[in-house]
Amino acid sequence: MAFNEIELNMGPQHPSTHGVLRLKLAVDNEVVVRVEPVLGYLHRGMEKLWESLTYVQVVPLTDRLDYLASLSNNLAYVLTVEKLAGIEVPRRARYIRIVLAELQRLASHLAWAGFMANDIGAMSVLLYGFEAREEILDLFEAYCGARLTVHGIRIGGVVQDLDAALVSRIRTVLSRIPKRLADIRALLDENRIWKERTVGIGPITAADAIDLGLTGPALRASGVAWDMRKDVPYSSYDEIDFEVPLGRNGDCYDRYLVRLEEICQSIRIVGQALDGLPEGEHMAKVPRALRIPPAEAYHAIEAPKGVLGFTIRSNGTDKPERVKMRSPSFVNLQSLEHMCVGCLFPDVVGILGSLDIVLGEIDK
Amino acid sequence: MPETGAERPELLQALAALSGRVPAGLLEGAVEDGELRVRLGNEALIPALRLLKDEHGFSFFEDMAVFDNLGQAGEGGRRFTVVYRLYMFPGARRARLAVDVGEEESLPSAVPVYRAADWAEREAFDMFGVRFDGHPGLRRIYMPDDFEGHPLRKDFPLAGRTGGV
Repeated sequence: MAFNEIELNMGPQHPSTHGVLRLKLAVDNEVVVRVEPVLGYLHRGMEKLWESLTYVQVVPLTDRLDYLASLSNNLAYVLTVEKLAGIEVPRRARYIRIVLAELQRLASHLAWAGFMANDIGAMSVLLYGFEAREEILDLFEAYCGARLTVHGIRIGGVVQDLDAALVSRIRTVLSRIPKRLADIRALLDENRIWKERTVGIGPITAADAIDLGLTGPALRASGVAWDMRKDVPYSSYDEIDFEVPLGRNGDCYDRYLVRLEEICQSIRIVGQALDGLPEGEHMAKVPRALRIPPAEAYHAIEAPKGVLGFTIRSNGTDKPERVKMRSPSFVNLQSLEHMCVGCLFPDVVGILGSLDIVLGEIDK
Repeated sequence: MPETGAERPELLQALAALSGRVPAGLLEGAVEDGELRVRLGNEALIPALRLLKDEHGFSFFEDMAVFDNLGQAGEGGRRFTVVYRLYMFPGARRARLAVDVGEEESLPSAVPVYRAADWAEREAFDMFGVRFDGHPGLRRIYMPDDFEGHPLRKDFPLAGRTGGV
């Protein structure tokens, strides 16, 4: 231990940890020497619980993992069950899933922009971001009655069809987002304080990011063109035209730019999915008591936070033998120490914010 | 339609390399559903991970899952099956490596090959009690340090357990 080194405790109750996360920090004067995240304060034993529930009963519990992107959790789990059981999902349902998943990404990224700016001290961005997100939550409410834990994607399809009225309402809401995005960017992009707190802060190279398991916008900010929607397309994403925004420096500022750019791409994706919405059923015929012969399947999607994967092993009954979740926030948090060492102590808050973690899926 | 190995030449090459390099440790191997699936002996795990990472482009440690085979034969007759999932980037291919480990045995840690395996192994240790030799700091990740038992084992009750927490 160096002479000036002291240990500091951050959390578990701390406004910038977005949940109950504890960080054991070692600092030498103002410089961070070590960061050790201490997890488990929100551990509910989801994976254990799922073994005692039927495949269908698990879906609403996945809402409670990354609770800022419940539809993404639904989608990843449901796609894995469908792969395991060999269920073919109707094309219309696949398109509605794209609409829902991208609206969810918009809501998640807009909330993130607000939280991140708030962590660094820009209160008004939080209000802008949440105002825009609120309209998307209203769309979820109009679609199926729930706003946060939406449970909109079901095994075999989606909970209900998209009607013409809701389609035009989605278009109206989407048409307003670019203006709000421009407001946020006008406040932050060239803001001197924002740039001093983000440019060059918490950098990670592409090689380190891959070795540490980083995925999602945080990985793409380091210039790595990896997006599961492109690389291993699922749910008809291969029929949609969009770009994968990349950063260069892998710092907090690039992570910010990548997420804001992804908001624009998600608007494009939803527009195309609505334009090309095929006719047909919104649900496949799925047996009421879904029994799956012994097998194992893994499926991963590009969730707003990164690669979200499920491994499911079936045993012939209507309940899974084992469900293992690859949680993007959990794996991404492993990179925190690498990003923080050598930075100033106050930057830990900004770097943690730039990773976009949700404790619900870290602690499971 | 399951994809055949013929459409995945890079995976067949990796499989051939594995059977050349770790012939005794490669218990089963195939290219199925577009991914490389192998079952390995414990001693072959690290050489296989190194080979796949350094020479066959599996640069990314995607996930690790442990299965408790209590009351079943299991894939190799031992209590736990540990599944490593690697991802080829760039190239978008997957590999699934399975090893079996008994309750009193341990596995070599994958952290020297993939740093991403660190927390995955801590989670496996916490939830199942699987030990990893050479891990830089193998301790519980979710449960308190003084917790007794491993919650995801099949003989750990879902509710009604006293003590521990």
